[in-house]
Amino acid sequence: MQKYSIFNLVKNAFSNHENWDLAWKDPTPKEEYDVVIIGGGGHGLATAYYLAKEHNITKVAIIEKGWIGGGNVGRNTTIIRSNYMHDENGLFSEFGMDLWRKMSQDLNYNVMFSPRGIINLAHSDAQMNAYARRGNSMRLNGIDAVLLNREQVKEIIPMADFSENVRFPIFGGLMQPSAGTARHDAVAWGYARQADSMGVDIIQNCEVIGFDVSAGKINGIRTSRGNIKAKKVGLCVAGSTNILAEKLNMTLPIETHLLQACVSEPVKPVLDNVVTFGAGHFYVSQSDKGEMVMGGDLDGYNSYAQRGNLPTLQHVLTEGIAMMPFLSKLKMLRTWGGIMDMSMDGSPIIDKTHIEGLYLNCGWCYGGFKATPASGWTFAHTIAQDRVHELNAGYSLNRFSTGHLIDEKGLGTKTWIS
Amino acid sequence: MLYINCPHCGMRSQNEFSYGGDASVKRPELNKEVSDQEWDNFVYNRKSLRGKHLELWQHISGCRQWIKVERDTATHEIFRTFKADEEVA
Repeated sequence: MQKYSIFNLVKNAFSNHENWDLAWKDPTPKEEYDVVIIGGGGHGLATAYYLAKEHNITKVAIIEKGWIGGGNVGRNTTIIRSNYMHDENGLFSEFGMDLWRKMSQDLNYNVMFSPRGIINLAHSDAQMNAYARRGNSMRLNGIDAVLLNREQVKEIIPMADFSENVRFPIFGGLMQPSAGTARHDAVAWGYARQADSMGVDIIQNCEVIGFDVSAGKINGIRTSRGNIKAKKVGLCVAGSTNILAEKLNMTLPIETHLLQACVSEPVKPVLDNVVTFGAGHFYVSQSDKGEMVMGGDLDGYNSYAQRGNLPTLQHVLTEGIAMMPFLSKLKMLRTWGGIMDMSMDGSPIIDKTHIEGLYLNCGWCYGGFKATPASGWTFAHTIAQDRVHELNAGYSLNRFSTGHLIDEKGLGTKTWIS
Repeated sequence: MLYINCPHCGMRSQNEFSYGGDASVKRPELNKEVSDQEWDNFVYNRKSLRGKHLELWQHISGCRQWIKVERDTATHEIFRTFKADEEVA
């Protein structure tokens, strides 16, 4: 594989950049693989990469219905953080933060990781107490957390509404300085390029139509491009999890819901951090191009539509304007929607299943992007070793039966409620 | 914008409603032995169908009644609405 470097950039400039290698090939499916990963999104591509890199398993195929990186990794708000209170989420995400920091070098692909910090705003004394508690839990797990008072927040984001007579005055906030953003497409492409170079077959435009299971063991999959034998199969399909589960006669603690996001027209640099509104669900950051990237609540009802509805967008942006009034002056450039695999406690599932050789990676709700490296790393371990790693031991499928839920937000089974 | 035909009030915009999830889920009968699996299915496990989906909505800014709505989860088309206690054929 051609390394991306300043020397190669100069060298290729002499031939008008017409002789660069393809970033990944377009192979026809082989008859058999050691591992088949269904879903060519961030998590699937990362899983294939870590299978090859960490476990030396390279007879691997990624099966993607559309094109790689065309689902949620191509339509998120690029936020990376590990500001969780529960140990399972905190330790898992912080392990991921370390992979994020090294990712550009590791993949030889600039993923533009920008640790600009995230601030969760608090709008009451009670919320400040809750944030102090969460911040302390984070620090016990080795995650950086700083509790900011009103004046400190005002220094960092003076454009927020600090006037006296507002419905939700800013009392302060909890900041994770090491959190940030990354270029989402580059993450998918970087993983794809490296996985391909290590021998992984990336098979696009190939829909899974069934599974070959006998005597409780997976033998392969049936696809729109023929049958493929596989010793092990990993499911990494986010919002389509229930559709594939139905083909396996499995009913999962997952519901598919729609989440929208939007960007404004580009403006000059105004916001250095990611900021979230504490009295509702709204978050904003500014992209390198200058667009304000915004998101918030789910549309709130089961949906596979991948396009949103205006009442929710209006509701979310009302919160945004309450937090930063200047946003009302901006024109909207684009809105889009993606389908989320909402689990029943808001936390993901990375586990084996009752079918031998079938592995499940789902339930990312709206926090899947930041988890990409850690999810791929632990899922690759789970598949390669046929046992969960201690980092994803808590993300078991049977935790719903045993009562070991990881209910970070305390929303119970209605994680889509707003 | 979804428009939902409330069986009590008529056609109203989605802003008046709140969503209540899959309406096909049945609470286990309490006068018999209920297995853990049955509780799991009631509390957590969902089919989350793509296509026709029977679901509960509450007309929270209207008559406040719970209703059942048959809606397509891929196109958002609403086919039929029912009162909460109406049997759906």
